[in-house]
Amino acid sequence: MSGRDPRSDAPGARSPATQVDGAAGPHPAAQRDPNQFAPRLVGRRRWGVAFQVICLVATLVGVVVLALLLVDIIMDGAGRLSLAFLDNFPSRFADRSGVKPALWGSAWALLLTVVIAFPLGVGTAIWLEEYAPDNRFTRLVETNIANLAGVPSIVYGILGLALFVRAMAMGRTLLAAGATLALLILPVIVVASQEALKAVPGSIRLGAYALGATRWEAVRYHVFPLALPGILTGTILALSRAVGETAPVIMVGALAFMSYVPDHPLDDGFTVLPFQLYSWVAKPGADFQELAAATGIVLLVLLLVMNGGAIYLRNKFTGER
Amino acid sequence: MSTHASTVAESTTDSIHTPPGPHELEARALSVLYGETRAVKDVSIKIPDRKVVAFIGPSGCGKSTLLRCFNRMNDLIPGARVEGEALFQGQNLYERGVDPVDVRRRIGMVFQKPNPFPKSIHDNIAFGPRINGYSGDMGELVERSLRQAALWEEVKDRLDASALALSGGQQQRLCIARALAVEPEVLLMDEPASALDPIATQKIEDLIYELKRDYTVVIVTHNMQQAARVSDYTAFLYMGELVEYGATKGIFTNPREDRTEAYITGRFG
Amino acid sequence: MNQDASAVAAEPSFGTGAAGLKRRHGKERVVGAVLLAFSAVSILTTLGIVAVLLFESPAFFAEVSPLAFLTGTKWTPLFQDQSFGVLPLLVGSLVIAGGAALVALPLGLLAAIYLAEYARNGVRRVLKPVLEILAGVPTVVYGYFALTFVTPILKGIWPGMDTYNALSAALVMGVMIIPMVSSLSEDAMSAVPRSLREGAYALGATKFEVATRTVLPAALSGIVASFILAVSRAIGETMIVTIAAGATANLTLNPLRSVQTMTAYIAQTATGEAPHGSVEYRTIFAVGLTLFAITLLMNLVSAMVLRRYREAYE
Repeated sequence: MSGRDPRSDAPGARSPATQVDGAAGPHPAAQRDPNQFAPRLVGRRRWGVAFQVICLVATLVGVVVLALLLVDIIMDGAGRLSLAFLDNFPSRFADRSGVKPALWGSAWALLLTVVIAFPLGVGTAIWLEEYAPDNRFTRLVETNIANLAGVPSIVYGILGLALFVRAMAMGRTLLAAGATLALLILPVIVVASQEALKAVPGSIRLGAYALGATRWEAVRYHVFPLALPGILTGTILALSRAVGETAPVIMVGALAFMSYVPDHPLDDGFTVLPFQLYSWVAKPGADFQELAAATGIVLLVLLLVMNGGAIYLRNKFTGER
Repeated sequence: MSTHASTVAESTTDSIHTPPGPHELEARALSVLYGETRAVKDVSIKIPDRKVVAFIGPSGCGKSTLLRCFNRMNDLIPGARVEGEALFQGQNLYERGVDPVDVRRRIGMVFQKPNPFPKSIHDNIAFGPRINGYSGDMGELVERSLRQAALWEEVKDRLDASALALSGGQQQRLCIARALAVEPEVLLMDEPASALDPIATQKIEDLIYELKRDYTVVIVTHNMQQAARVSDYTAFLYMGELVEYGATKGIFTNPREDRTEAYITGRFG
Repeated sequence: MNQDASAVAAEPSFGTGAAGLKRRHGKERVVGAVLLAFSAVSILTTLGIVAVLLFESPAFFAEVSPLAFLTGTKWTPLFQDQSFGVLPLLVGSLVIAGGAALVALPLGLLAAIYLAEYARNGVRRVLKPVLEILAGVPTVVYGYFALTFVTPILKGIWPGMDTYNALSAALVMGVMIIPMVSSLSEDAMSAVPRSLREGAYALGATKFEVATRTVLPAALSGIVASFILAVSRAIGETMIVTIAAGATANLTLNPLRSVQTMTAYIAQTATGEAPHGSVEYRTIFAVGLTLFAITLLMNLVSAMVLRRYREAYE
């Protein structure tokens, strides 16, 4: 080491262990030769730009296909859209066909689904976030819910068929459909609600407890209201998924030709919008294709309204915070 | 415009004493703005070759921001704007046509918190040379870099082990080795020891002392004792301005500016 | 006045007193029990699914040997000459899911890289939700699109192709699951700490090199998990394949031909006339069980990949 070490009198003088390794030989840095580097900057830059373009194109593929899909369905079905279309029943004659029972069926199904799924889903989320101890059972419940989210929707349909339609003898009714769809979207609501509850700061809970509130009182009066916008947003998004589901509805026994609007959830026979679309698209003939497309438009408009509402809700309340 | 300074120290003001000797790295009227806020205000400073310069100052004084000007890392922050010049070997780094990728190979940086890649020790070091088209013997380069960082003896038998298995101090030395592997000419160090325990810190400081034989080192530190131990020259920054600059001994024993003295004696910061 | 003041002072000023406290705690217990019961519904759902699928199995596998079921190459349960080999359905599902993966995995990953590393904030704010819309379109609408738009175009290229074919369904399904890959992969990449990127930039790496040689490897477990989940979703999807892929259980790897997937079989049989209690009816459950087992396995593997190989960055 060089003699000009101004720190040799400093406290904690260096021990041999901290000397640079290999100090005996030529200093490592003396061997460096920058000429061995060939950064090829231009080539790397060019490739970087090319790659960025490739990635952008990949991103746009989905956008372009979506646009094609929307244009296609609107062009096919717009001709059939009319108030009569919304008011008619399906018929052998395409010009007289309409989606009235499907529209009402979807509305009923939506109502039943939310009435069943919302309390169950939000209740589960509250229990998981506010009540459940951190033990194996809780983790099991959470893992189970995550797995349920990945079960194919048609398997839920099989469950609905065997359990609601047959075992609980609900028959092929809107109630059975609503219950099946409720189970399908339950994991979605639970996860969304959990997120909303997690987002409420712990200080709120602590403040309530410090005033002598029980856990339920803290949740009901303090945590839940703050989490509500997030919960509602998540629920609406889950419901919009339920509205578009066909496979479980097929299994539960929707009818292709409904000639009446069900009076109540246990009225035998029902149909919903996506199933009506499916029935028509399976039939030969351009007429029925157009009817299917028109049904698709109605369905998409409904989803647009629901999702738009959810986003509006989210923006309104995150803006306020 | 000459980069060869005279043997007599120039001073633009009484408190800014440019060190004697050649200096490749220089800032001229350099300012950095984030939106409306001016984080670095009109700083002019000449960094002498093969010496250690310390930037000190209270939190938020702009020392890290100034440091990052020299390897164009501020480019990565959206909304950051640079005015003035940062010169290396006579060329303004912020000129149009200067590739920041090139700048960063030649002016290396070590960060406050060790940030090894989640790869093996060998691959951490080999990454930089590989992307920069190194055509020599990689194994030899890896060994050389680890020796320079005083880490070779400790890891030579486990170069394939994960870098994350090393202790904090070892990880930081690995990051130094990694930076040295691309054979920079300047090494910028942003509070390199602040996340480390005292023993590891001492090793880093010893290392810096060795490195200045071959590299120009600029180190940002909030630890004044460290600056006093390790650096040849010290620059004191306050609220984005260069307040005082000169030989370390002089700054710490006989500061010219009141603000410098107040900081050094611990009245703020 | 004085009497009122002292009367007020004598009463516990927090209105409810001991009895009220007891009532509130009682309510607390009731609420806790109700919420626990609600949570149990999710467990019951899983048990219900498993029970329902297994319930019909003994009767089914009494008539059809499991070996014949799993290895047989002809699936004709509804014909006179009954054959119960599930391979055609299985292969059909896998071929279409595989085709969808070929579309979605590269496109989704590249889109994720673009959104995570390249896109400016304004662009990302627009593109990300648009991609999410892809995920929100009902699958029955995708099925319509596949049959009425994509198939005619493909037939223009390959005139001999079947009207109901695997390729059309696979392509459309691929686009549908792009958001799944891109969203999860992007989350994984965004979770890579900035310090890692800075370290790579400081060594003189270009943005491409930082993205592909530092961020991507670090986010790999999340990306792989997203791949597995997307394929699992593709296997479990029903409407696109029911509408566009066909109802004939051909055992083939040729995407231009009709195939029937497990999901399509279940859907098409349920709308049919299989009498309750017959072996044909039970095929729904046997196939459903197979489907459930496969998707469950994949989801569990995905979760395991995420947990086990998640990089510790610090």
